[in-house]
Amino acid sequence: MTVEARLGSVANYVDERTGAAAWMKKNLQKVFPDHWSFLLGEVALYSFVILLLSGTFLTFWFDPSQREVVYEGSYEPLEGIKMSAAYASALHISFEVRGGLLMRQIHHWAALIFMAAIVAHMMRVFFTGAFRKPREGNWIIGIGLLTLGIVEGFLGYSLPDDLLSGTGIRIAEAIIQALPVVGSYLAYFAFGGAFPGESFIPRIYTVHVLLLPGAFLALITAHLMLVWYQKHTQYPGPGRTEKNVVGYPLMPTYMAKAGGFFFIVFGVTAFLAAVASINPIWLYGPYTPGQISAGSQPDWYMGWLDGLVRMAPPIETHAFGHTISWNILVPGLIIPGILFTGMALYPFIESWITGDKREHHLLDRPRNAPNRTALGAMSLTFVMVTLINGGNDIIATHFDLSINQIMWGTRFGVFILPPLAFVITKRLCLSLQRADRELVLHGRETGTLLRLPHGEFVEVHEPISPEKAFLLTSHEQAPPLELPEVDGRGVKRAGALRNKLRSRMSVANAEAIPKVSVNDLKEIEHH
Amino acid sequence: MKRISRYRRHKAAGPFLLLLALLAIGTTFSVASATTAAETTSADRSLQIEEGRQIFLKGCSSCHGLNAEGAQIAPSLIGVGAASVDFQVGTGRMPMADMSTQAMRKEPLYNAEETAALAAYVASLAPGPAIPGESELNFERDGSTAEGGELFRNNCAMCHNFAGQGGALSQGKYAPTLMGVEPRHIYEAMVTGPQSMPVFSDKTITPEEKLSIIKWIKSAEKEPNLGGASLGRVGPVTEGLLGWVLGLGILIGVAVWLAMKAR
Repeated sequence: MTVEARLGSVANYVDERTGAAAWMKKNLQKVFPDHWSFLLGEVALYSFVILLLSGTFLTFWFDPSQREVVYEGSYEPLEGIKMSAAYASALHISFEVRGGLLMRQIHHWAALIFMAAIVAHMMRVFFTGAFRKPREGNWIIGIGLLTLGIVEGFLGYSLPDDLLSGTGIRIAEAIIQALPVVGSYLAYFAFGGAFPGESFIPRIYTVHVLLLPGAFLALITAHLMLVWYQKHTQYPGPGRTEKNVVGYPLMPTYMAKAGGFFFIVFGVTAFLAAVASINPIWLYGPYTPGQISAGSQPDWYMGWLDGLVRMAPPIETHAFGHTISWNILVPGLIIPGILFTGMALYPFIESWITGDKREHHLLDRPRNAPNRTALGAMSLTFVMVTLINGGNDIIATHFDLSINQIMWGTRFGVFILPPLAFVITKRLCLSLQRADRELVLHGRETGTLLRLPHGEFVEVHEPISPEKAFLLTSHEQAPPLELPEVDGRGVKRAGALRNKLRSRMSVANAEAIPKVSVNDLKEIEHH
Repeated sequence: MKRISRYRRHKAAGPFLLLLALLAIGTTFSVASATTAAETTSADRSLQIEEGRQIFLKGCSSCHGLNAEGAQIAPSLIGVGAASVDFQVGTGRMPMADMSTQAMRKEPLYNAEETAALAAYVASLAPGPAIPGESELNFERDGSTAEGGELFRNNCAMCHNFAGQGGALSQGKYAPTLMGVEPRHIYEAMVTGPQSMPVFSDKTITPEEKLSIIKWIKSAEKEPNLGGASLGRVGPVTEGLLGWVLGLGILIGVAVWLAMKAR
């Protein structure tokens, strides 16, 4: 028997018992569009796999206990110091376990890249409008994954029980306590008594290695199955419609690329872990509530929250025997709550404004959705301003600035800069639309100057390719919603205020430079 | 040799040898103890104080007053002690380059001798903390690294960062890095509390504990970066920056390459 025949008989054996052949054939030929920005989500997925693998390795030695031990390991500057078993075992992993430090660093770098890839992926989905119907549900799953990622990362940062971890936990406790009325009870509940207690590390360990990874796996599976079922979006272009997907089949092209990409992601993470130190816990020393280090920061994905807390003015009220710390409550819970709810609801908000209830599988070019793009730029500016304040002490020392100047700058900046970014981005988008229109109408500037017989100089323009012209004119420009105050029968509509708001927003959203129409082109040819 | 040994039974040989031995011992002693001897004489000390006063009048009095009594822009130096002068002048912080936020470490303006003279002059005004001697600074022998680390995290890390890299204080002031600072200057800073730093008296932190802190700082300074490039030992800010720029940056580059159409 030849190899092929043997393989064939195995396949036949499986098919006769499972009937998988038809399903496999259909799905292995499933087409995926190709674009680098579609790989950002893959980076996040692969980082998650790396996190699972390296994390499992770390659990072999990590002892999630706050039992006090005396350090007797090989790191001399901590010899004889009292510390928690958790910290001692993290030191043991770093110094005595073969490859332990590398694995710890891989785990931590992978976490940073995981979160960065999630955010970058989310930016791609947002700016291209990939969250529109039918993918609103998957967008919400994505927001869920982002939120879980922040929590999971923070718990991982807290586990080694070094000075930096403990500082983070202390702030988490403060945020729990800031909940009005129930805060202090919840904090006692979470910590099993007064801070720091002995139960917090064991508890968050279980959450970190069992509960949240389980939730991740479930959500990631749902996320990917939806991508599979709803098919991937694609960028507009000739031959690409709302009803097809142009790209490569899963097998072999995409499988080979994606499989190879996993190893590249692993390689880059391992490279970073091998050459760059991350969270050198031995330098921080063990956590005790009486100690703190200058420049204590969270990992970057929490940095913007830390920045918000740092810029909050110290306001507290006392009422009915309860203290409400607005300086923690507002930046630590209310603002993130508003932001994440707003993000999750955005697909519905946009479709309410545009009145567009159709399915979309072709992506938008960001410039053709100026309002959305501007809103995204506004949100990013907000996060950047707060992130800068989160690192204000490091920025102050390294750029010879005053921490107070940075704080006041960002206090004002957080109100002024995001709206400014909105306006500027929207203008930029409209200008780019104008440039597109110019390009279609008059062609590309060649840079060749021509002197006409009567002495006039003109620049030679070259018509753009039909493909490009298609790309620049194929998007839709929906007119704003018309929501008259009275309906067809002359009766005033209910919810006048809501309608007014909706139509105002719709007008602002529909603002665009008219794209080149067939008539425009005819007119040009006529000249 | 023979010519010398001929005189070994000469009657003057004994006294001559005795004289030679005395001379050798005396010379060795005087050479060995020359420096301390020079400072111990009171005449020399008053000369040094006078020299210090001259330097003070030229370089310091415009701010600190003609008699070091202080003025609106500068504190009185009466009672600050020699340790304070040795720290401020020896690390180049004084004379100040500008009066903006705080005196920063720079190349010292005065050499060791002039600094010692200035210190002697200020110490002569009123008693204050003295410059610790070499024997008091034997931190390698008298200090304990682990205990020093514990003390450092309790007392110093909140301003100077967990690894002694320095940190920001309010209004543009800062706690400087402790890397590469002379043990003597670290000790003097703890004793005298320069600028924003509090005084850590011998009751708060005993001299032995101070040596432990110095030993820990020196060990942190010498410690190789066990996990690879240190990224400044300032915590997650630089790590996040590198994660985005290098980590995700490389991966996006690879993604662009992977998604390129074969041409």
